[in-house]
Amino acid sequence: MKRYLILEDGTIFNGLAFGSQGESSGEVVFTTSMTGYQEVMTDPSYCDQIICFTYPLVGNYGINRSDYESIHPATSGIIVNEHAEFPNHHEGMQSLSSWLTAKDIPGLYGIDTRKLTRKIRQHGTLKGKMANSIENAEEIIKELNASPLTNDQVKKVSTKSPYHLPNSGNRVVVVDFGVKSGMLRELSRRLCDVIVVPYNTTAADIIRLQPDGVLLSNGPGDPKDVHSGITMIQELLKHNVPILGICLGHQLLALACGADTEKLKFGHRGSNHPVKDLSTGKIALTSQNHGYAVNEKSLMDTELVLTHQAVNDGTVEGLKHKLKPAFSIQYHPEASPGPQDSNPIFDEFMNMIKTTKKEGLMQYA
Amino acid sequence: MPKRHDIRKILVIGSGPIVIGQAAEFDYAGTQACQALKEEGYEVVLVNSNPATIMTDPNMADKVYIEPLTLEFVSRIIRQERPDGLLATLGGQTGLNLAVELYNSGILEEYNVELLGTKLPSIQQAEDRDLFRELMRELNEPVPESAIVHNMEEARAFVEENGYPVIIRPAFTLGGTGGGIVTNEEEFLEITPAGLHASPVGQVLIEKSIAGFKEIEYEVMRDKNDTAIVVCNMENIDPVGIHTGDSIVVAPSQTLTDRDYQLLRNASLKIIRALQIEGGCNVQLALDPESSQYYVIEVNPRVSRSSALASKATGYPIAKLAAKIAVGYTLDEIKNPVTGTTYACFEPALDYIVSKIPRWPFDKFEGANRKLGTQMKATGEVMAIGRNFEESILKAVRSLEISAYHLEVKGKNLNKKEVEEKILRADDERLFYIAEAFRMGVTVEEIYDWTKIDLFFLEKLHGIVLLEKRVKERKKDSVILKKAKEKGFSDRWIADAWEMEEYELYKFRLNEKIKPVFKMVDTCAAEFESATPYYYGTYGEEDESVVTEKKSVVVLGSGPIRIGQGIEFDYATVHTVWAIQEAGFEAIIINNNPETVSTDFSMSDKLYFEPLTVEDVMHVIEHEKPEGVIVQFGGQTAINLSEELERRGIKILGTSLESMDLAEDREQFEQVMKKLGIPQPAGKTAFSVTDAVAIASTIGYPVLVRPSYVLGGRAMEIVYQESELLQYMENAAKVNPDHPVLVDRYLEGKEIEVDAISDGNDVFIPGMMEHIERAGVHSGDSIAVYPPQTLPETIKQKIIERTISIAKGLKIIGLLNIQFVWHKDEVYVLEVNPRSSRTVPFLSKITGVPMANVATKVILGESLKSQGYETGYQKEADEVSVKVPVFSFAKLRRVDTYLGPEMKSTGEVMGRDKNLQKALYKGLIASGMKIPAYGTVLFTVADKDKKEALDMVKRFYEIGYTIMATEGTANIIEKEGIPVDVVGKIGSEGRNLLDVIRKDEAQFVVNTLTKGKIPARDGFRIRRECAENGVVCLTNLDTSVALLEVLESISFSAHALSSFTKKEKVLV
Repeated sequence: MKRYLILEDGTIFNGLAFGSQGESSGEVVFTTSMTGYQEVMTDPSYCDQIICFTYPLVGNYGINRSDYESIHPATSGIIVNEHAEFPNHHEGMQSLSSWLTAKDIPGLYGIDTRKLTRKIRQHGTLKGKMANSIENAEEIIKELNASPLTNDQVKKVSTKSPYHLPNSGNRVVVVDFGVKSGMLRELSRRLCDVIVVPYNTTAADIIRLQPDGVLLSNGPGDPKDVHSGITMIQELLKHNVPILGICLGHQLLALACGADTEKLKFGHRGSNHPVKDLSTGKIALTSQNHGYAVNEKSLMDTELVLTHQAVNDGTVEGLKHKLKPAFSIQYHPEASPGPQDSNPIFDEFMNMIKTTKKEGLMQYA
Repeated sequence: MPKRHDIRKILVIGSGPIVIGQAAEFDYAGTQACQALKEEGYEVVLVNSNPATIMTDPNMADKVYIEPLTLEFVSRIIRQERPDGLLATLGGQTGLNLAVELYNSGILEEYNVELLGTKLPSIQQAEDRDLFRELMRELNEPVPESAIVHNMEEARAFVEENGYPVIIRPAFTLGGTGGGIVTNEEEFLEITPAGLHASPVGQVLIEKSIAGFKEIEYEVMRDKNDTAIVVCNMENIDPVGIHTGDSIVVAPSQTLTDRDYQLLRNASLKIIRALQIEGGCNVQLALDPESSQYYVIEVNPRVSRSSALASKATGYPIAKLAAKIAVGYTLDEIKNPVTGTTYACFEPALDYIVSKIPRWPFDKFEGANRKLGTQMKATGEVMAIGRNFEESILKAVRSLEISAYHLEVKGKNLNKKEVEEKILRADDERLFYIAEAFRMGVTVEEIYDWTKIDLFFLEKLHGIVLLEKRVKERKKDSVILKKAKEKGFSDRWIADAWEMEEYELYKFRLNEKIKPVFKMVDTCAAEFESATPYYYGTYGEEDESVVTEKKSVVVLGSGPIRIGQGIEFDYATVHTVWAIQEAGFEAIIINNNPETVSTDFSMSDKLYFEPLTVEDVMHVIEHEKPEGVIVQFGGQTAINLSEELERRGIKILGTSLESMDLAEDREQFEQVMKKLGIPQPAGKTAFSVTDAVAIASTIGYPVLVRPSYVLGGRAMEIVYQESELLQYMENAAKVNPDHPVLVDRYLEGKEIEVDAISDGNDVFIPGMMEHIERAGVHSGDSIAVYPPQTLPETIKQKIIERTISIAKGLKIIGLLNIQFVWHKDEVYVLEVNPRSSRTVPFLSKITGVPMANVATKVILGESLKSQGYETGYQKEADEVSVKVPVFSFAKLRRVDTYLGPEMKSTGEVMGRDKNLQKALYKGLIASGMKIPAYGTVLFTVADKDKKEALDMVKRFYEIGYTIMATEGTANIIEKEGIPVDVVGKIGSEGRNLLDVIRKDEAQFVVNTLTKGKIPARDGFRIRRECAENGVVCLTNLDTSVALLEVLESISFSAHALSSFTKKEKVLV
């Protein structure tokens, strides 16, 4: 079956359909990760986005039961050059195509994905529609131009009610803006007693859970759309609760402290982004997935210190609060997919919790 | 941290001659390193014994030494040059071993020379099996059950405990020399001793086999700041069990989940951090296809063949960055040369799939054991880039130049049993036989059982076979044609399937608007804007290769390194590119060899990494619309394409196709020579056995016989009498009217080789070389001497005149190479090659004439005169230079090592000094020969050579060598009053020849070929035994004399004084 990608600038890519028979639209982004398509597709941060994989062969090892970053994928669609008809791996359970069908996600293959990638690089991300016909192409293009990007993605992907992952260690409240399972896994690995709460939980409600630390998770979309999160963080800071912000959580911490965020032209999405730790000079290869970033200049009048920076374009990659036990990073220390070089970030968080506890700075009232 | 200012002068060690396991990739690495260091303002001193390399060009370093890579010579250079630093990690195993030797000798400390890059303890830790395994244990990284053994008893104990199969890996060797998989007692007894012997330290690793695991390689880099990155990972399609150099490899890995990928990435980085590598490093791992269990196989603490492949596969210049790291830079300080905006500290993202297929020499060595195992046998490799696996692998297949344009075995009626056996045996043709098996209906699962190749790949190969059927069924259907082209099918195959001519199909296809676009290799999957002029063709929508306004010239490269067409042709190709640029044109190169300098994208204005077939070359030409194509520097590969290119209206620059035909077509050539009055050895074409006998008796024995349809000296033989001729006709050449045999008079005499440049008016001869071995040994296997030492002036004049007359007569524009034989006061022409030759780099270096450069400019219209050259022979240099061939016999089981008309050498070295003996000494030492001042020579020569050998025996005896011989030879020697140690022939009771060789009791063996070759005779066993035990075996009397002269020049003979006897009155 034929399928098309229609972009807001009028470009039409002519390909073939796989996965779901349905149509969908969203912001078209590309990721350069060569492995880990299952983790990418199930990362809630891709909510309302259509993912184009720059690596041309996707689905080679099928879909397995382990590599889920969320139970329900939030992506609007998948674009590949070629999907594997005969995947093979000892863990593989089903093919990419059958999984997409089961999850009702439309897929498009057989287009020049490099051409699409170059277009996005030159133009910035584009709104697009995966359509099964181009009869109404003109209308669709108009529609794409007329409709703004969605702003309720966090609401869509966040848990509706809190849940508890009991364990014997530090109690960490995870504010779910679209949390990847990888973060929960890293906390569990460190024996944390995790309580995951919805994105719009108030600081008071969080404090009532008497956390040893709070993790502000990753999530989709523009941080400025998540007003409740910003005020919640401002309150939490007053209580001296140790905070780790990751990705969207990092941007929200920055906003909460008075800094500003901006949209990047086409974002950072991939497994090969070098980030420099400014205090040690060490470089880690990181996994990234973000379309927005903290504006470095806006840090001037805040209590935040720049701690990590992207080697390639100087993007703000890490911040630390001068006075409060709070730090944040733009990239993904839980990897999944991608290099695990910065996994020790979670240990730093544990250390911060330990120090704060020892100093007895935390206020639960 | 910026670069170091406390060092000023750096000595770079190259890798020496091309041998199996160490090829052109180190010229690429060394060249990059020299350029990188010079760019940083360091004074670079380079030493390498291989003259055929770009790195040894005078402009590559501040000082270039072409000297033997031995402790003795490199120490001399260190004393003379006093470098501050030594960079050895770019010179392959040779460079690394030499660095260790230099260090151990104390000279580095004495002269305060710092080893740059990875430090010695790290190198030793990675190379020494014991230390490495200890480190792995500390790091908790799994290695297969194994033991380091030093003798058979220890090996036996391991096998008794762990059972078969086990792998034998000798320590400190190239390409796994001497190792292998042992599955039973018999193999144990064969391979274990060979392995112990192959290791310079008598140490082998005996290891529980993990054959069948996925074999994955990680190319990693680390700087002193402990930043460590993965440049590329690669997956061997052939599972563990076949040497990675002999494996078909794809990049990036295809069947690994991200968890698998990161598991192995973490292990690799952990290891290079623990080893404190500063530079590039290769980590080989094995992953269980059924679990997450993995093992570390080995680590190469240096740049390697795999890193060259990784560099070309990603665009990331590993060697260049390794050199910068060695002088103090960190990865985050170095700009990514590909994007120019991002930094070197990142991991390339690919948006294509790369396939590498090794190129094996079995077309030359028909008798060789083709089974692949832990010992590498390939001489070279090809790489291809595609946007899907099928495209990538099929492009690689047609890049191999083995007359295969698709995955098929032509001209054989196969049955399933044969195919199964062939696949189970795992030889060089396995990939082709797998496709044949699918055509017979064998299932993917069955082939998996036979090969353990991942089902992912097998399904893809199966898909190719299924698509074939559809293509065949739908003749001239443009939809299926597009599909087939997207999947990499060649025009040639489709044309065959549709019973059309290839050109016809090509035109039909373009008419249907089915043609490839060119995509850029940019290290980042288009994430950042890049300006790398590095492209590959694929069937997509958007073309990224922008054609500039500037006039351009396309140069065809020489494809994979193989016997007969080595790195010399890449050398010429690179010079051509430079000359084109100097002449003001844009230089565009098409080539498919990932090891070479010519495929470094920074060498040309544009690099197209494509197969060298008419179809693929035409696509580039039609896109670029160049002024023309230069074919004469890419060896036979490029020449072979010219006819079809010209037919398609493409202008071949330089010597015309017509002239090339004149030189290559026997009949036409004969006529031209007659017209020019230049004698050739008498000869005729025989269409039957009776014909052959008649011709031979007319022209007189000995005669040189060869089948007319075989190129490059294959199956060529010198026969001395009718019985031999009959035997030859019976065994080697099945003569019939379609396959005639050429019978030529064999003229015994000096062979002389000349390279010249002609612009149509003037013919300039930079130099001529005399061969040490008399005519009959392939010119590529002979020791060549410049300037000639034994030629009378009159003969030289004749050669010069005839060269000029041939160049003009054939209307050569550019380079030509001629082989003459000097026989009884006459000079006969044997062969004319209207193209660049193997000797061009050697001759360019010793005469100071950049021959390929001058010739290119001639081709582009600059006359010789305008470049400052005139008709005639350049004044000879005072110093003597020799080019000595280097062989890889130890790696090729069952190949006969005798020298004959078929070329067998894989590389060459150069020796240069004040006189012939000194130059030869250097050349022989550089070629790997050990030349002890005393020892034992074992003679076992054919009857016809005994007289000549006797003279040699005397001379060896006089310089103190002990003589050993088999009975027949010994009798003659004894008669001369020379003590001789008699050894038994093969099969005789007591100590025989083979024992002597195995026990290293002789330093040299002189063995000449008995005529009337019967396969598997004693001579062959003697020669193989020498090859396997590393004993020098001389099969040619001329080579033996040359060696003897060297020995004489370095030793003092001891003569007792004559007793006082009354003599005639002494005059005062």
